[in-house]
Amino acid sequence: MIQHQSLTNSINLTTFETNNFLEFDRVGLEYSVDSKPRRIIEDVSFSINQGEFVSVVGPSGCGKTSLLKMVSGLNPTLIGEIRLQGNKITKPLKNVGIAFQNPVLLPWRNTLKNVLLPLEVVQPYKREYKKRLPEYKRMAQELLTTVGLQDFQQQLPWQLSGGMRQRASLCRALIHQPEILLLDEPFAALDAFTREEMWVMLQNLWMRVQCVGMLITHDLREAVFLSDTVYVMSPRPSSIIYQLKINLPRPRTLEMCLTDDFNHLFSDIRRHIRRG
Amino acid sequence: MRSKLNHFFRSKTASFVLPFLATILLFVVWEIVVRVFQIPQFNLPSPSSIYQAAVNYSPQILANAWRTLVTTTTGFLIAIATGVFLGFLIGYSRIAYLTLYPILVGFNTIPKVALVPLLAVWFGANEIPATLTAFLLAFFPIAVNVALGLDTVEPEMKDVLRSLGASQLEVFQKVGWPHTLPYLFASLKIAASFAFVGSVIAESVASNGGMGYLIVVASSNFDVPLAFAGLLALAVLGIVLYGFFVILEKYAIYWAR
Repeated sequence: MIQHQSLTNSINLTTFETNNFLEFDRVGLEYSVDSKPRRIIEDVSFSINQGEFVSVVGPSGCGKTSLLKMVSGLNPTLIGEIRLQGNKITKPLKNVGIAFQNPVLLPWRNTLKNVLLPLEVVQPYKREYKKRLPEYKRMAQELLTTVGLQDFQQQLPWQLSGGMRQRASLCRALIHQPEILLLDEPFAALDAFTREEMWVMLQNLWMRVQCVGMLITHDLREAVFLSDTVYVMSPRPSSIIYQLKINLPRPRTLEMCLTDDFNHLFSDIRRHIRRG
Repeated sequence: MRSKLNHFFRSKTASFVLPFLATILLFVVWEIVVRVFQIPQFNLPSPSSIYQAAVNYSPQILANAWRTLVTTTTGFLIAIATGVFLGFLIGYSRIAYLTLYPILVGFNTIPKVALVPLLAVWFGANEIPATLTAFLLAFFPIAVNVALGLDTVEPEMKDVLRSLGASQLEVFQKVGWPHTLPYLFASLKIAASFAFVGSVIAESVASNGGMGYLIVVASSNFDVPLAFAGLLALAVLGIVLYGFFVILEKYAIYWAR
């Protein structure tokens, strides 16, 4: 009987882990403006499965970035809760990788050292940093090669172009094998052609790591290209008003963006975007 | 010809040769003006007589210059320690910012020359007032810049570290401190000159040695060439001090453009 109990428990746990890896449970957000509370996010509820890549799109000011900060634990979730594998997120998570619109590389470190930064901070890498440095360097170099930066390891950030900096920033977000990759409009500052190249690179990187990805973006084509599921948020006070599964095969290619399938998905999402 | 000249202006040699030539030219014009208009020695001595005085009094000049250098450096080192410490307090603690900072600003508005007589009463006419004046003039810019550096770290940069689960200390090590270094070095260049001004002022008001003292004594003896030799020695000391920090800065923050 006891054995049976523990068996069901473990089964529950496994299904739980794969199917509701990250859960948003009636998450809300309020700001006080002139000491009057103002609701930004009304109710966001959805869940992300293990290994799934989701995008959250919506008009500006609907609290997408705040949502991301709450997931990472950088900002507290005061209304509702976000659970990672069933545990409520209350403080900054240790196993996330974040990339912002601004690449925020440390200007005093060259590309390689910037990418190595998480390994100096996150356990278990930190413990053995000195001993395993050559191995870590190889890991960083492999990532940099994936994004075509193998010849720019020694360059300082100001010597790189905007796209190169963002690529280095992605490598930094992924080197410590995070369970969650959080991306806040990472390519918004890049030109259209560079941006499309970055989609492909990001997809390649993500397929190597196979972690949960959550992308905040304004670019609907970007959302379709990269995601397994796209969530659309309404204007303020916002909630999820539409969700769409993207069943295009992976790895996706830029040619796919020209297919009818792709364009149907794109138009479907576009129809659900409302301005604030 | 023109393009060759332009090329020379942009070269590294030009940045050494031209200032040197300009200085020589200044002295030559000076010498000519003094001779042509027959300006008396005690109004404006000629460079040649200044040189003569410098040679005649070289042991005194060297000894006093050494003393000024020692008091300046001592005061400056204390200023660095105090300034960095206060900068951390103001930059990291809201309470320190609200309580300490206004007092520091108020104190900084007092002309430090006015303190020298008091310092002389307390410590006597020796090297202590000079060291203290150097310190008092120099610590403020250091404290302000360190606080500014810590305060201006991009929040996103801190977020990158915090999202990795970094401790406060790690955020400081990896981001706060390196970000503050350029601010610190900018302030060191200014503060070094301030410390120098401070010690010379104190020496000329109340002291028994140093370049300030030497110049005051020389002027009261109407030995104007010696006073000028003292001034030139001060200029050289100042340039050496400033140059030292420029070079140090280049190595310490090689990554800044």
